[in-house]
Amino acid sequence: MNMANVKEKLRFNGLGKFMDENRKESAQNDNRQAFMAIVRKEFTDSIRSWRITILLTIILLACFGSLYTAVTAITSTMDSGAAEEFGNDSYLFLQLFTISDGTLPSFITFVGFLGPLFGIALGFDAINSERNRGTLSRLMSQPIPRDYVLNAKFVAALLLNIVLFFSLGFIVMALGILILGIPPTLEEFLRIFSFLILCIVYIAFWLNLGILFSTVFKNSATSALSSIAVWIFFNIFYSMIVQLLSRSIMNPAQLTSMEDVVSRQGTVLNLMRISPNYLFNESTTILLSPSVRSLGPLTMEQASGAVAGPLPLSQSLLLIWPQLTGLIAATLICFAIAYVIFMRQEIRSN
Amino acid sequence: MATPIIELENVSKQYDDQFAVNNLSLSIPKGEIFGLLGPNGAGKTTTILMMLGLSEPTSGKIRVSGIDSIRRPIEVKRIVGYLPDNLGFYQNMTGLENLLYTAELNNIPKQTARERADYLLEKVNLTESASKKTGKYSRGMKQRLGLADVLMKNPDVVILDEPTLGIDPEGVRELLKMIRKLSEEEGITVLLSSHHLHQVQQICDRVGIFVKGKLLADGNIESLANQLFKEQSFVIHVNASPIDETLIQEIKEIPHVKEAVKTKSGLDVYCKEDVSPAISRSIIDSGASLYQISNKDFGLDEIYHRYFEGREQT
Repeated sequence: MNMANVKEKLRFNGLGKFMDENRKESAQNDNRQAFMAIVRKEFTDSIRSWRITILLTIILLACFGSLYTAVTAITSTMDSGAAEEFGNDSYLFLQLFTISDGTLPSFITFVGFLGPLFGIALGFDAINSERNRGTLSRLMSQPIPRDYVLNAKFVAALLLNIVLFFSLGFIVMALGILILGIPPTLEEFLRIFSFLILCIVYIAFWLNLGILFSTVFKNSATSALSSIAVWIFFNIFYSMIVQLLSRSIMNPAQLTSMEDVVSRQGTVLNLMRISPNYLFNESTTILLSPSVRSLGPLTMEQASGAVAGPLPLSQSLLLIWPQLTGLIAATLICFAIAYVIFMRQEIRSN
Repeated sequence: MATPIIELENVSKQYDDQFAVNNLSLSIPKGEIFGLLGPNGAGKTTTILMMLGLSEPTSGKIRVSGIDSIRRPIEVKRIVGYLPDNLGFYQNMTGLENLLYTAELNNIPKQTARERADYLLEKVNLTESASKKTGKYSRGMKQRLGLADVLMKNPDVVILDEPTLGIDPEGVRELLKMIRKLSEEEGITVLLSSHHLHQVQQICDRVGIFVKGKLLADGNIESLANQLFKEQSFVIHVNASPIDETLIQEIKEIPHVKEAVKTKSGLDVYCKEDVSPAISRSIIDSGASLYQISNKDFGLDEIYHRYFEGREQT
């Protein structure tokens, strides 16, 4: 007992004091370091996990496939003699991402399709898997604020996203330069750059939807299936529903004047724009096909006097600004809801 | 020893219209091993979560080492190690990696973390499995790793929620011995929740009995018995034959005897004082033969069991 006391005293005077000082000193950058530790761990976990590896492989394969079809399509057009006008003003380099010879879909189609899946795969079990494995309560008992867990998971997934899409985009660009022998202009490069950012924002939306479902549903299978259900709904059914609706909205018997037609068309378009997929498609079209001048109907008056030709990048960006902010807003809303739910949730795992 | 390290003042937690914890006041002095004892759903885990600031009490005050758990949970969590009831580890990481991750979250420098992890792994006999993925750990190994994990941050207080759940008897013995030793060697205050009475009895300095959100009694085993059974402090077990109604009636008339109940193996006599000589005399006087007469010990089990038996009836 005496020995133990002495030992204790020693410990408290020496080591204890050291620990106390350490605690105070480190309290400040403590938090950021812990945050980075979670991010690092989540990032490694994602890279090592099988589902991400499989998705990555599929995305890589799709990417090279689409590159191949784009290259064949471009060279065959060039060979057929239309090279003159082709090369001059139609932003040949951008077509690497948009064109296909019909055998395989183009790069943007692939991204539009696989991107959401990738986002969902990164997010759907963010919280509930921790809960089910019993690691959440252990994690929460560490000296970190509760929101760190959610934020760090989001940051890690987003980081993976950014790394993946920038490397994919740049690989395609590099191979395009090597195979076609045409360097991109600065504007083309900037357009592709904005396109990649757009992809990341779009995938971030699905990622956040996955995170949201992972906080709401205790079972990761449920959250995965519901995320995929939402994705399929917007991808396939939503446009059908809007088309059905538009049939009654655009009923020729009710149309009276020109303004009426335009406003009704606008309504239908706005309905379509509720779908993030549609927003993404509109934005990619504008960004990668500079010759597209408007997203809505254009009257003859508006079109008359316009010089036919591609839009400059600033104008294209202006055109898709609402779409981009809409996507970011949707992303943030999903994250905010997930955040609020998570902060109020019981930590207990059962 | 006198300064309390964990203090709860009139803490209540309400879910809808039900109290999970009802007006709980508790104080645990430094260096003590305190056992929180209660059936499932008594509010033990809720209480623990509130101490850690992971769940907010509806009313009341909680202080751990003088720090308000509600306002400053992060500081509390810096000095409190918590072992949850169904704890899990990242299965694709090794035991050592799991510990190092915890160290990182506590901002322990890499070098120190590594040394401490090795030291703790040795202490919980897991050195050999340190580089094995935790997915392959057995339940007992996980629990021991959990203990090491809790100690990584060099805590002042350790809270263990059902630490012996699902471990075989030998494992339980080992784990309890480890906890006892840790508390003695490192001067750590331990709060242990369990519904296993024998285990709590073995290592706890003090026990609190917790039912339906209320702390019914606390103290060491003997004082608990006195608190809970003021009137019927003794149970005397009698094995005799034949036991008939007149004999029971006679025994009931002995002073201090409260109740005599016939059981399978004989007769249980509840009384205020030890009146076994009087009982044996009356048995022999009645002509029956006495095989055995013994004082039943008030183990925690007995206290617990009898308490709940009584509770259900009322």
